[in-house]
Amino acid sequence: MSDKPEKRGGFFGAFRRAAMPAAPAPDPGESPAAAAVQAPEAAAATVAEPAGDKKQGWFQRLKAGLTKTSARLSQDIAGIFTKRKLDADTLEELEDLLIQADLGVDTAMRITAALAKGRHDKEITPEEVRAVLASEVERALAPVARPLRIEGDHRPHVVLVVGVNGTGKTTTIGKIAHQLRREGKTVLLAAGDTFRAAAIDQLKIWGERTGAEVVARAVGADSAGLAFDALTLARDKRCDVLLIDTAGRLQNKQALMDELEKVLRVLRKVDPSAPHQVLLVLDATTGQNALNQVEVFKDKAGVTGLVMTKLDGTARGGILVAISAKFGLPVHAIGVGEGIEDLSAFDAREFARAIALG
Amino acid sequence: MFQSLSDRLSGVLDKLTRRGSLTDSDVSEAMREVRRALLEADVALEVVRDFTEKVKAKAIGQNVVKSVTPGQMVVKIVHDELVAMLGAEAQPIDLAAQPPVAILMVGLQGSGKTTTTAKIAHRLTTRDKKKVLMASLDTRRPAAQEQLRVLGEQTSIDTLPIVAGQTPQQIAKRALEAARLAAYDVVLLDTAGRIHIDEALMRETVDVRDIAQPHETLLVADSLTGQDAVKLATSFNERVGITGIVLTRVDGDGRGGAALSMRAVTGKPIKLIGVGEKWDALEDFHPQRIAGRILGMGDVVSLVEKAAQTVDIEKAQAIAEKMRKGAFDLEDLADQLKQMEKIGGMSGMLGMLPGIGKIKKQLDGANLDDKILKRQRAIISSMTPKERRSPKILDGKRKRRIASGSGTKPEDVNKLLKMHRQMADMMKTMGKRGGLMQRMMGGGAAPSQADMERMQAELGRLDPKALEALPKDLKEHLPKGLPGLGGGMPKLPGLPGLGGGAPRFPGLPGLPGKKK
Ligand SMILES: Nc1nc2c(ncn2[C@@H]2O[C@H](COP(=O)(O)OP(=O)(O)O)[C@@H](O)[C@H]2O)c(=O)[nH]1
Ligand SMILES: [Mg+2]
Repeated sequence: MSDKPEKRGGFFGAFRRAAMPAAPAPDPGESPAAAAVQAPEAAAATVAEPAGDKKQGWFQRLKAGLTKTSARLSQDIAGIFTKRKLDADTLEELEDLLIQADLGVDTAMRITAALAKGRHDKEITPEEVRAVLASEVERALAPVARPLRIEGDHRPHVVLVVGVNGTGKTTTIGKIAHQLRREGKTVLLAAGDTFRAAAIDQLKIWGERTGAEVVARAVGADSAGLAFDALTLARDKRCDVLLIDTAGRLQNKQALMDELEKVLRVLRKVDPSAPHQVLLVLDATTGQNALNQVEVFKDKAGVTGLVMTKLDGTARGGILVAISAKFGLPVHAIGVGEGIEDLSAFDAREFARAIALG
Repeated sequence: MFQSLSDRLSGVLDKLTRRGSLTDSDVSEAMREVRRALLEADVALEVVRDFTEKVKAKAIGQNVVKSVTPGQMVVKIVHDELVAMLGAEAQPIDLAAQPPVAILMVGLQGSGKTTTTAKIAHRLTTRDKKKVLMASLDTRRPAAQEQLRVLGEQTSIDTLPIVAGQTPQQIAKRALEAARLAAYDVVLLDTAGRIHIDEALMRETVDVRDIAQPHETLLVADSLTGQDAVKLATSFNERVGITGIVLTRVDGDGRGGAALSMRAVTGKPIKLIGVGEKWDALEDFHPQRIAGRILGMGDVVSLVEKAAQTVDIEKAQAIAEKMRKGAFDLEDLADQLKQMEKIGGMSGMLGMLPGIGKIKKQLDGANLDDKILKRQRAIISSMTPKERRSPKILDGKRKRRIASGSGTKPEDVNKLLKMHRQMADMMKTMGKRGGLMQRMMGGGAAPSQADMERMQAELGRLDPKALEALPKDLKEHLPKGLPGLGGGMPKLPGLPGLGGGAPRFPGLPGLPGKKK
């Protein structure tokens, strides 16, 4: 695993390929598109991630979080594989390691099976196994690693943010707003969580932090009405981006999911093409239920992409592997802390290496 | 919560209970499926491993005895292990301390601490008539303190006034002082969410703990948590020392495996569960009920549970047979005494049997007081194997030795011997006179539905496995809607040692006891 704390390119505009792990951090002014390996379309507006941050890089913090547990895991793996054949027992132990990263039984079995192919009963070193495991996981994730792009010429570009309670929707909106603002975009935030106490105040503080205007109604107001207000205002003001916060909801609460559909309907009344993006925020500590969250929110709210938060802890969010296999939804970014800078591009390779122990 | 786990588990175990006999590989196969079901429910791998190993060891051990429906034994073992994992008793919040009693709320970001704080405060205020103060120590998340203040307003519970710029430690101090001065019963301290590997923040929590000296430190955790549950619960427990766990979002459709994991690794009880966004959507956690629900065998579980004492039917039958032949020795008596102790003594056991009043009196006359069961066992254990097999050789000298070895008097030894003789005689007679079942069935007439239900209820308190032993016509008359009478019959509990080729022994001291 690379040791270098890096921030490269915009997390929306580009993501760092771990293929060049030792690449120096780019200048703050560097065009995100230029740093992109999977070159984004030229027309795509992108949000740059700041470089030269005085805080630790996300990667280093992610790693710091992960190494604590992966140290043990490394030993396990080394213990498993030193001078050993890749037999059924070994594969089972490997499978267990993946299960512990929340990949789920099926996915863990699928990956170990892929790993076993052609290697059965062959001697294999711990390093090899590690590399193969990581590349198998990476292979599953690479197609979904797609930075969020503010594409097309919708004005405003409407992004609806949804998810279960406490996953990090409001915080993520704040972080995204920060990135967009840094790019010089005008951003309007809609305080669509009219339910939770002080949720509006929370978003307002993010508005202050990022220099984004916040549209709010009173607590308990109709969130669809608020969305209507916000979109109308954003259009009148010709804002670049409208980020709409919503109240957290469990996906099995029919009434609350219906409410979300209503928000969508109302938005479309103002702009038939809206929302241009619907982001589902997933918490990395969530286990297998995340799969169901994606399924239901995709169905009800037309989710177009994912953000996974709280990867600065010990949870590794391996459920993303199952999610991407099943739904193929882009994973745009990851949250790695509570601070304004703590949002990074989702990098399939780094993520995979973190799972397969970096 | 737990629904899909329970679907999976009951599927696996159903298959088992339908089998006539189980091999080790049957058990292993079932455990593989149990493992999978638990993992899919987010139970942490190490906890699953531990669980299946324990069940397997016990199940395979059990298998040595050919029992009527071994699958049910496995169900029972799985159930028992689930209960062991979840804790047996509901453990509510403990307020037995000098007021103001401090309760510290800790947990990861977004786990639901603030909402839970308000819910607990609401419950303590409305239900327990306590005077409660809430204070937010969350100086990190934007508007977190404001959130608690608003919640306090909505629930009419006092909150500590917000003073900008104070540290969590300062707020904790101020909260305790305020609570003391204004004579609050309880002070709830909500803290900022923190990731358990954030050393600085964990240290802060320890500081706050040292200042507040909380009587309860509750870890608030999301029931949707995956494999990380183990690490987070262990860290909080080791670092801060929790007294209990509150699970949130239990109204979600998660499978709740995190509950099992966290309880298992910390040994700390799950005290409360959050089941909705309303103030009163907070419930006590009943491990027994939950274990039953997880197993998804509803009523069967409670039948199995009631009959958890009664497993080893083979052995019971063997003993019954011995008795019938008059070969009931003291070794057997010791066994029976041990089992009786477990099922609430002689009277407890007799209470389970229908139409047994007369015998009960006889035995009461035999001075079989529950309290002396232990002493009687002690006496027997002071005997040599030879003495146990043939009590006739017991002379005065041997009796004195036994008495002193068991801390009793020679008279006690005599009483025991007399009781043994009486019991052996009685059993012999009853064995000859015809089984209890015959008498209950009143000479073959089909019982009414009500009779059957009553009997079923009584049988339910007995052994779950001996359905095969029930007379055929009885089986056919069993009401269909009875618990545990799904497709296959074997779930129906029956009397041990009855009917079939088994000796017609009413199941008295031969009532099988819990196999260790
Ligand atoms: N450690 C960590 N905490 C986060 C992250 N994202 C959000 N949070 C925290 O999670 C909690 C809930 O976030 P919030 O944005 O209010 O969630 P919402 O209910 O979905 O809007 C807050 O304490 C956030 O600071 C992340 O990436 N890492
Ligand atoms: Mg929010």
